[in-house]
Amino acid sequence: MAPKKAQASSAAAPVVTTGTTTSTAPAVSAPSKKSSSSSSEAWSNVATNILKHYQKTTPQRTKLIDLFMAFLVVVGGLQFVYCVVAGNYPFNAFLSGFSATVGQFVLTASLRIQTTEANKADFPSVSPERAFADYVFGSLILHFFCVNFIN
Amino acid sequence: MAVASASDPSPMQVLADFGKSKSLRTLLRVLILCFIAGAAVSSRLFSVIRFESIIHEFDPWFNFRATKYLIANGFYDFWDWFDDRTWHPLGRVTGGTLYPGLMVTSGAIYHALRALTIPVDIRNICVLLAPAFSGLTAFAAYLLTNEMTTNTSAGLLAAAFMGITPGYISRSVAGSYDNEAIAIFLLVFTFYLWIKALKLGSVLWGALCALFYGYMVASWGGYAFITCLVPLHSFVLICMGRYSTRLYVSYTTWYALGTLASMQIPFVGFLPVRTSEHMPALGIFGFLQLVAFIYYIRSALSGAQFKAFLFVGLGAVFGLALLALVAMTSAGYIAPWSGRFYSLWDTGYAKIHIPIIASVSEHQPTAWPAFFFDLNMLIWLFPAGVYLCFQDLKDEHVFVVVYALFGSYFAGVMVRLMLTLTPIVCVAAAMASSQLLSTFLSVKSPKVKDPAQEDVTDSLSKKTKQNAGGSLRSANSPYVGVYSFLSKGLVSGIMTIYLLLFVLHCTWVTSNAYSSPSVVLASRMPDGSQHIIDDYREAYQWLRQNTKEDAKIMSWWDYGYQIGGMADRPTLVDNNTWNNTHIATVGKAMSSSEEVSYPIMRQHEVDYVLVVFGGLLGYSGDDINKFLWMVRIAEGIWPDEVSERKFFTPRGEYRVDGEATETMKNSLMYKMSYYNYHTLFPPGQAQDRVRGVRLPDTGPVLNTLDEAFTSENWIIRIYKVKDLDNVGRDHAAAASFDRGHKKKKATKKRGPRALRVD
Repeated sequence: MAPKKAQASSAAAPVVTTGTTTSTAPAVSAPSKKSSSSSSEAWSNVATNILKHYQKTTPQRTKLIDLFMAFLVVVGGLQFVYCVVAGNYPFNAFLSGFSATVGQFVLTASLRIQTTEANKADFPSVSPERAFADYVFGSLILHFFCVNFIN
Repeated sequence: MAVASASDPSPMQVLADFGKSKSLRTLLRVLILCFIAGAAVSSRLFSVIRFESIIHEFDPWFNFRATKYLIANGFYDFWDWFDDRTWHPLGRVTGGTLYPGLMVTSGAIYHALRALTIPVDIRNICVLLAPAFSGLTAFAAYLLTNEMTTNTSAGLLAAAFMGITPGYISRSVAGSYDNEAIAIFLLVFTFYLWIKALKLGSVLWGALCALFYGYMVASWGGYAFITCLVPLHSFVLICMGRYSTRLYVSYTTWYALGTLASMQIPFVGFLPVRTSEHMPALGIFGFLQLVAFIYYIRSALSGAQFKAFLFVGLGAVFGLALLALVAMTSAGYIAPWSGRFYSLWDTGYAKIHIPIIASVSEHQPTAWPAFFFDLNMLIWLFPAGVYLCFQDLKDEHVFVVVYALFGSYFAGVMVRLMLTLTPIVCVAAAMASSQLLSTFLSVKSPKVKDPAQEDVTDSLSKKTKQNAGGSLRSANSPYVGVYSFLSKGLVSGIMTIYLLLFVLHCTWVTSNAYSSPSVVLASRMPDGSQHIIDDYREAYQWLRQNTKEDAKIMSWWDYGYQIGGMADRPTLVDNNTWNNTHIATVGKAMSSSEEVSYPIMRQHEVDYVLVVFGGLLGYSGDDINKFLWMVRIAEGIWPDEVSERKFFTPRGEYRVDGEATETMKNSLMYKMSYYNYHTLFPPGQAQDRVRGVRLPDTGPVLNTLDEAFTSENWIIRIYKVKDLDNVGRDHAAAASFDRGHKKKKATKKRGPRALRVD
């Protein structure tokens, strides 16, 4: 069930709200950031707690999904940095590349949410299989638009 | 007694039981929906029956012309269409500046019908597109309402309301081939898909919602309404503490896909990441990511730690995002709100800053009676429906409340946005009335009602007492209900009468107010028979047959699309008011004296000038009545050459008779309108029937233009711009020389001659 689809989207793309997008990155990346930012006892507690909780409750497959999401964040971040540093000249290309990573990220996040056991009650009508089918459908549309827009 | 009445089914009971079987209900529902669609379509056909199958008004003529271009040249040519026959000499990148959804839809229908070997004229497809889509809108309203309530009859009522309410018919009669024709269907259907996606938390529905949102963006500029309403709904939900993973899934899917979809349209392009109108959606998208992350963290942390994390993290991110937005706006990456949107907040804004927006009648604020006129009884059922939403406040009901608030505000600001309010009014009103009807129409009465039942047979006077007793009894019984058949009958009877009146009102409004093509006018002869005034088409046909293929026609922008569509001649300005300066140039030419106007017309290679004059017929929508807008728009660009004040008399009156100011009398528009007009009347009797004034005996003198054509009722007057004089005189001198000669031959032709001084 882990998304093994090859990412055709490593083109280029900027983000307008980088701050928020990166901060929503999967939980894996969060602890390291937090621990570096704070030296106090409470903060390192927070970080270790999150890390512990994550490792304890996340199944292997979901970890794969998280890895993919982290990868998307990195790709998106790179594109954005490129845009800031080197200019956004083919703006179409940048936008579609970046939207591809952002879109794929939220779709994957949706897949992750829908397949998590704890959220079962929220999605009475979405079985894991259905969630994956939806995911494929959404990704197809996303990449169709991106390819069409990339010029 | 109670036992007896329960075991002994009345005829109504039998009927109710009969309707209970599930398959029969489905069949009935389908049938009813079909009938509603039929009613929706047929009530829009008044104009075809009264007049003919013709494209209406102004904008539809452009859409029609573009559709014909699409059919003739194929999709790719249409996409790259550069139109050199409008906005002479600039031209217009039409393919990149229109919403192609409407044309592509009718083109697809055309080709589909052709593939089925049903050859239908493209004009008929265009004329009948709006009624056909209104049937679909009724169905979409049915679906949307069904999401709101478990009561299926509400959906049917909503469909019926949506089908015939004048607020929607006003933009979708047969022949009104405008973007709104399909956009309202897409609006309602996108909202339905959004609610569905939100309820199920499904990526599939979210993606469908995004696709229809993309279709909507391709069809109508009003898509910004969805772009703002959906984030607002999500925001309100989050603020109410109703964040759910379903919200995350549906919103992010919709936004990620929908934004990409909207950027495929060349006219929209980068706007979704560049303009402030689209920023709320983006902001909520980022905010949701944040909220989702926080919720995840919360499951991992203890209370105190979480609080600390929340304050620091959330505060920092929010501050940063806000700072970034402000910085990018001031640095110019994100355009501030556009003028049209400013005028939504400050209704006086357009009047001061952008006269061209204020000059469009559909951008005026709505008058109160218009609400009743367009929605009739729905407008007072509407608050009741919204109240019902509060009673059982689920996520989808919050949507109704938010939509109702915003829709009402916008409908109050701009007449044309009544259209976006109408769907929610229909939904809310249907919920209210179905609640009322299902309460009062149920044949079964509560069990504890034997005395009440008896009372029905008694006299009416006793009934009030009984009601008091009934309500007292209901205080201690868990079931509250309607007890007497009388009140049931009374309420449902009154409701039925209201519904019937509503149908009457809708039919009356549709047939009287909204079914005129405005290209063809109807009037009544003294004996009551209908008389068709067809001056517009007469004049356009004249242009088509008597002028060169590339003769440039100058007219006020209102008629640009019609000239392009019906006369097929290049125009200087048209209803796509993208270039204010060019419009102001035309306004200046119209409002200045001949000496100023002639060089302008020469520079723009104008061959003919077209004015609309209603003075003979009493047709009030003519150019003299619109003249002040021309002056204002021209004044906006050339404040020292054109001055609105000079067109008013010292006492502040706008006059066209003998008292008119010199500036007014010398303006090209005045001269063209009244040129030779007095010769129609006996001396001293010349009268303008629109303004209701008597005109001076001597008409204006035109030196640089020749009258080329005047239609039967003088509604359209066309003038030919004279070429330069052969021997190099200016036109005034040449004209007075000519007149000097003529004077000896035909003295009687005009009254006493006014000598030109200048």
